[in-house]
Amino acid sequence: MRLMNRPLHRDAFAADETLVVAGLALVADVAGVLYEPASGALLVADLHLEKGSSFARRGMMLPPYDTQATLTRLSSAVARYRPRAVVALGDSFHDNDGANRLSGDARALLNALQAGRDWIWISGNHDPAIPDHAGGARAQEMRLGPLTLRHEPRAQAHGEIAGHLHPVAVLGGRRRAFVTDGNRLLMPAFGAYAGGLNLHAPAIAGLFAARPFAHVLGRERVYRVCVSRCAAGV
Amino acid sequence: MPAALPAPFDHWFAARGWSVRAHQLAILESAANNRDALLIAPTGAGKTLAGFLPSLIDLAQPRRRNSPGARLHTLYISPLKALAVDIHRNLEIPIAEMALPIRVETRTGDTSAQKRMRQRRNPPDMLLTTPEQLALLLGTADGPHLFGDLKRIVLDELHALSLSKRGDLLALCLARLRTLAPGARTTGLSATVREPDDLRRWLVGRGPLADVVIAPPGAPPDLSILHSRAEIPWAGHMARHALEEIYEQISGARLSLVFVNTRAQAEFVFQQLWLMNEKNLPIALHHGSLDAAQRRKVEAAMASGKLRAVVCTSTLDLGIDWGDVDLVVNVGAPKGASRLLQRIGRANHRLDEPSRAILAPSNRFEVLECVAAVEAARKGEQDTAAPRAGALDVLAQHVLGTACGAPFDADDLFAEVTSAAPYAHLSRATFDRVVDFVATGGYALAAYDRFAKIKRTKDGLWRVANARVAQIWRMNVGTIVESDVLKVRLTGGRTASESGKQYQGRIGRGGRILGEIEEYFLETLAPGDTFLFGGEILALNGIVENEAHVRRAAGEAPKVPSYAGGKFPLSTYLAARVRAMLSDPKSWKALPEQVRGWLELQRKRSVLPGRNNLLVETFPRGGLFYLVAYPFEGRLAHQTLGMLLTRRLERARLLPLGFVCNDYSLCVYGRADLGGVDMDALFARDMLGDDLEAWLQESALMKRTFRNCAIIAGMIERRGPGREKTGRQVTVSTDLIYDTLRRHQPDHILLEAAWADAASGLLDIQRLSDMLARVAGHISHRALDRVSPLAVPAMLEIGREAVFGEARELSLHMAAEDLAKEAQ
Repeated sequence: MRLMNRPLHRDAFAADETLVVAGLALVADVAGVLYEPASGALLVADLHLEKGSSFARRGMMLPPYDTQATLTRLSSAVARYRPRAVVALGDSFHDNDGANRLSGDARALLNALQAGRDWIWISGNHDPAIPDHAGGARAQEMRLGPLTLRHEPRAQAHGEIAGHLHPVAVLGGRRRAFVTDGNRLLMPAFGAYAGGLNLHAPAIAGLFAARPFAHVLGRERVYRVCVSRCAAGV
Repeated sequence: MPAALPAPFDHWFAARGWSVRAHQLAILESAANNRDALLIAPTGAGKTLAGFLPSLIDLAQPRRRNSPGARLHTLYISPLKALAVDIHRNLEIPIAEMALPIRVETRTGDTSAQKRMRQRRNPPDMLLTTPEQLALLLGTADGPHLFGDLKRIVLDELHALSLSKRGDLLALCLARLRTLAPGARTTGLSATVREPDDLRRWLVGRGPLADVVIAPPGAPPDLSILHSRAEIPWAGHMARHALEEIYEQISGARLSLVFVNTRAQAEFVFQQLWLMNEKNLPIALHHGSLDAAQRRKVEAAMASGKLRAVVCTSTLDLGIDWGDVDLVVNVGAPKGASRLLQRIGRANHRLDEPSRAILAPSNRFEVLECVAAVEAARKGEQDTAAPRAGALDVLAQHVLGTACGAPFDADDLFAEVTSAAPYAHLSRATFDRVVDFVATGGYALAAYDRFAKIKRTKDGLWRVANARVAQIWRMNVGTIVESDVLKVRLTGGRTASESGKQYQGRIGRGGRILGEIEEYFLETLAPGDTFLFGGEILALNGIVENEAHVRRAAGEAPKVPSYAGGKFPLSTYLAARVRAMLSDPKSWKALPEQVRGWLELQRKRSVLPGRNNLLVETFPRGGLFYLVAYPFEGRLAHQTLGMLLTRRLERARLLPLGFVCNDYSLCVYGRADLGGVDMDALFARDMLGDDLEAWLQESALMKRTFRNCAIIAGMIERRGPGREKTGRQVTVSTDLIYDTLRRHQPDHILLEAAWADAASGLLDIQRLSDMLARVAGHISHRALDRVSPLAVPAMLEIGREAVFGEARELSLHMAAEDLAKEAQ
């Protein structure tokens, strides 16, 4: 199913995976973002910006390059799709003070990303209150056609896209993945230091009524894999 | 006689029927001359007593007894806390019998908080402890008070300590002690080493080399190789064929130590010996993954003479005299001449009688290695490793510890650190980078100034930022990083992919636990992948909670080489001896007929590896194509080489499928004929450039190495207040940090530290590099029409020997037979 016919962007999707959630067609991008062609919305989850500095406050001096790395990767995804709107599905900052610790460079990157498009911060458990200077609008959840976008997935939800759980598929190594059964979808975490939870963990597996598929992020493309092919466990 | 014993000591020696030994007097003389000293002595030479004699004599003098506020006089450091406890017991004998007014105490991880507190306030005359505990004591404000009066430092088993990161930590602590107690003199106790001068330098600061006292060697060891009546296997490490003969030897001895190289071997040999134990001999097992209480029980039983044999790994290589051992059996090859000599030393502690040791090679290559090792041991030749440059992650831990003790001046600390031998060549710029790392992470981007762990005060001293930083440092002191392990449970069944169902882990949940395996290794496997564990080929069903569920995968070739831990690679020295022996048929007289025939056949069918060349053979077999090379550089270097060769062949579209290796050779197999490959190009040294670089980005081994450095250096905390003491609690993925750091600051000091570790550690890059340089232009390629005799052992690694199950055993035996026939 090829949904996008705008010639300019055609090549960009060749390596990506098209999937349908609650009847809405979406493009799962190898970077770990989801693009909704009909409205031009780009979804990204669990950026965990400033996770490095969050640990540094407690004495673990992790390399302070995670925010830059995360935003740079997001910039190239945005450049590929030129979305009309970007929706960050919560835990965009690792803690409530994270936005205040953004470096000048990171701020500039973020401003550039937000320029000329709608930007919505959906709040997550790590960042319930994002300060105004971070730009964009705030929401607890939002609708996108038949879909509800929120941070924490709810049991028995229909037509939901959520983040929070950081699914990874263990397939000769741990790889981030979208997980969907066609009814609902879990986004992979996008942040450079965001860890992962095996998609067989009960917290993830229990969300899906039907057997879900993992859309696993490879080096150059997304691979659609039956979850039964992924290792169980940690 | 250069020095004499005071009368009470003289009487005590006499009462025991002993006479003081020349090297004990020599140590006394060094002490009298206020000199540091290194004592090299074989086991049983009264080495420990020699180390303590100057202290005992000094402390026996009444004037000290009456001096108020007497502080710590002697500090004894041992690599094992059990050894410290044992030495304590032994020291109490002369102290009690001579009624000396000396208080001796131990301080280990087991010492109660109350006692530790008391020891700091009111120290004993002698404190027996470990390097980690010393680091902790130096990182408290009590350090100057506690150690200010220190007179003597005794370092035991120095040969084992000095060449590790623990040794780096100890060297740094020693430098600190020299600052706090300039009058203290150090005595190092060591087994025989290749270069005593390295240790003499290690013991002292910038001063003249320590005196060296070399005790006369004991009677030459009674060494033999067990030439089994059975056929010598082509591959494998279990020595099954020789176990009956080993059992006979055990039956004829009072107490035997049966040394093996890995935990899996230990388990197997132990189990098999009991299966044939008709005489019901009390045989016990001792290795590192056994419960500590269980190990203590075995040690006590040995000491009280209740055992006839103990199957053990290197856990019993060191120091403690647990009983009257009269036979050492080394199963498999010793891997190094010095290691063999140390193990032999565990037998018979009476110097005038020879120690009796038997080597039981488990395969044909090991026969060669054993013969080489026995020749080296008879000549008393040593191959202990060369001194290493001090690790930067350890230095970072020490810098923070120093600040936790008291604010420091960077110039002074640099001078102190570089007085420690491992850090003698540390540049000021690197030292400053380490201090910067400790303070704010050492990043080009000055992002963390306000979170600094150490801060510069107005008077220019570096001070620890707050009490919490010190608390976390204390909880994380040490250089031993355990990897996360999962239990391996045999559940049977089939993998998810085969059955088409999702594996939920409920099949046969009650299956047998086979052991533990490192998590990092399992994470490289997909379900259905086969791997070697405990000598078996297993397939992974899935990971359920903290268990890896597996089934037996008889007959399948393991896809992934097993990174079995705890195995030492063949020493460079023994490797050279083995190569020399191979290339000189005149020396084959010492070999058993079977092995000689094997080499003769190799000479006829292909060619023998030379002293300095690299033999590479290519041949087809069963629809696949093989390349076997014989570098003799040890398993670790071969693994790295295998990875790099496979990468190269992949890029050249030569369709490699995988590789296997042992200590002597490696075998790459694939779908394309490699007979026409330009071997000089394939083995060109530039593989250590971009190829290595590219591989390291992905390498799980490199990531694991980085993780160790990050933990030791304190970037990642293993333990924090209120957190459990397990590696799993490391809350951030070091893999993700490694990736990010590589991309954004490739010259970061921790990457430098990890690289240095990798070069000598898990990847053995230095050794590989030396080998590639040595053989450049000397590659001897033979394109054969079938497998060569020498290639068989490596080939068999592809489907290694069975341990459980007779049918497997038979089928593999057949496979081996076939190969051997084809090689004729």
